Amino acid sequence: MLRRLGHEAVEVRLPQHLENIDALIMPGGESTTFGKLAVRWGLIEPIRRFAAAGKPIWGTCAGLIFLAKDVGHDQPTLGLMDVRVVRNAFGRQIDSFITPLHIKGLDAPFRAVFIRAPIIAEVGPGVEVLARLDDGTIVAAQQGNLLGTSFHPELTDDPRVHELFLTMLAQPAQ
Amino acid sequence: MQQPKEPMNNGHTTSGNSREVGSDTLKRGLAQMLKGGVIMDVVTPEQARIAENAGAVAVMALERVPADIRRYGGVARMSDPALIESIMRAVTIPVMAKCRIGHFVEARILEAIGVDYIDESEVLTPADEEHHIDKRQFKVPFVCGARNLGEALRRINEGAAMIRSKGEAGTGDVVEAVRHARAILGEIARLKTMKREELYAYAKEIGAPYHLVEETADLGRLPVVLFAAGGIATPADAALLMNIGVDGIFVGSGIFKSGDPAARAQAIVQATTHYQDWHIIAEVSKNLGEPMVGINVSSLPEAERLAGRGW
Repeated sequence: MLRRLGHEAVEVRLPQHLENIDALIMPGGESTTFGKLAVRWGLIEPIRRFAAAGKPIWGTCAGLIFLAKDVGHDQPTLGLMDVRVVRNAFGRQIDSFITPLHIKGLDAPFRAVFIRAPIIAEVGPGVEVLARLDDGTIVAAQQGNLLGTSFHPELTDDPRVHELFLTMLAQPAQ
Repeated sequence: MQQPKEPMNNGHTTSGNSREVGSDTLKRGLAQMLKGGVIMDVVTPEQARIAENAGAVAVMALERVPADIRRYGGVARMSDPALIESIMRAVTIPVMAKCRIGHFVEARILEAIGVDYIDESEVLTPADEEHHIDKRQFKVPFVCGARNLGEALRRINEGAAMIRSKGEAGTGDVVEAVRHARAILGEIARLKTMKREELYAYAKEIGAPYHLVEETADLGRLPVVLFAAGGIATPADAALLMNIGVDGIFVGSGIFKSGDPAARAQAIVQATTHYQDWHIIAEVSKNLGEPMVGINVSSLPEAERLAGRGW
């Protein structure tokens, strides 16, 4: 998707992979696995420095959990985004769903894919809510150079959330 | 980023508030989230926690690992749902469970208790010698084993949302997993060089639905995630399969039949993530204790081989 939008994409597994990149996407996966690997290979502090330098970071689903300050579960996270996240908030895989979602900054609804997804239960003062489900549940938010989504834009062909993230490259962090 | 096309036929439903559930995007999507990871067989909640702590992306809940199924013999069936539930309560990662080939009632039971993925598995004794489960009728996704591309595409046609090699489970001998992964990936590589008219003949030759052969040729890969399974016992085995080109790894008996399961589980996760970093793989391979005692597949009589089950 990023290549389609004219950007170069590389995989980040070790701290040295963070050198020479402008923005970081942490896609879906299992957040406990992320945490283990990040601690084992010393990625936590380098990613925190990357964020402190104002470079954009976007986490989807497990990536959002990994960004969050509070996940209500004993697992390593970056603790960067001032949100409280509830893991597997909709239930198990059979409760996974797709729904049209209104996202701030996008004209038309986005086909949002929720797979064993987390929700954002609370946001701190510096966090802007970008999308809510019909019942008010927060599923996308931004805090300066940090973007978090409960759903998986990487599982659709719609580039609009990727484009939204790329606009954060151009803006200096608040 | 290439995305598989949404097939026309899927048993998904749309609920009142325009929520789509049980669709191929969701079923295949969960497997996408497991890519690059390791799925481990566990028989107790305690083992499941060890697996989660080691960085497993999912666990397969079982009463017996394949090595023990071989040892005890007899009919191998779905595990006790109470055991599976106790494992589901123990961890936050997805929990998979196995049903017998063709046994759609075992599959319904697993769906009813809420497992995240069902493995319609040749490791258990097949319940139907002719028919696999019509997996499109289910909301829960399925993974199935395959030895070659034709078998993989037949399973996908029945609704499988993830494919794994069959390997020869419970042996600790990786040769069959390598054979199956090479067969599937090699046949896909051949497809990419074929002209349209050759694809028709090839679909017939391998006994696969034409539309899936065409889709695979266009994508240059299976329309679903492909994992390796069967006989993987060391970090090097896992990295070998990743380098051959699979998307992730199942480890069955290899971890909890070894001397130091926690260390081995972690090492296999690290080697799978860093599958091209030979220094890291060397480092994590040190001091893991005894690997599982292996059985050389070529010494196994035909009747004891599991990979031939399913068609």
